[in-house]
Amino acid sequence: MLEAIYGASCLAILAVMGLALLRAVLGPSAFDRLMAVNMFGTKTVLLISVFGFLTGRPDFLDIALIYALVNFLGTIAVLRFFEGRKTPACYDEPAEEQKE
Amino acid sequence: MEITAIITALCLVLGSLLGITGGIGVYRLPDFFTRLHACGITDSACAFLILSGLMFQTGTSLETVKLLFILIFLLITSPTSTHALAKAALNSGETPLMEQQQTQQKREER
Repeated sequence: MLEAIYGASCLAILAVMGLALLRAVLGPSAFDRLMAVNMFGTKTVLLISVFGFLTGRPDFLDIALIYALVNFLGTIAVLRFFEGRKTPACYDEPAEEQKE
Repeated sequence: MEITAIITALCLVLGSLLGITGGIGVYRLPDFFTRLHACGITDSACAFLILSGLMFQTGTSLETVKLLFILIFLLITSPTSTHALAKAALNSGETPLMEQQQTQQKREER
């Protein structure tokens, strides 16, 4: 019975990842895409740990832990790139940026 | 069916439902900052419920410690990244929906 619950929550997490990808595709601003990618990464952590329990392999939890670390760093790294810009998408005004 | 299996099943089902609610919120909400709120729900509540549900299954062993580390790390980093996202969005000129509506009303009044 518990394997069925593991399977159901795996499917639910996959559905949430699909919705996050949908928002990543539709997202008007770059920050929507970044938020969707961050959410996708967190859901991957959950999917790996639940799938590890589904197949009875406890060593998946190490992968999930490492993925949680990497996902956080990735989001913060991309945010550092957006920090100074007025409008994130355009690249034609770097000259003014240095003048500030 | 021992009590731990029932608690795990309940936590996992609740966590998955919260995740789906957050996912639908991320898809349907009108503005970036409201979507950020929905994303925050799924990151913290859904992860907490699912990981604590799994923790009931492993009892006192190395897996529980690993799950605890994942849970603590997620609970620390996901609010931080959500906050950093909101700060970067505000700094880069992304105006919340409320502000946009207020500026439109001011233009109409003139």
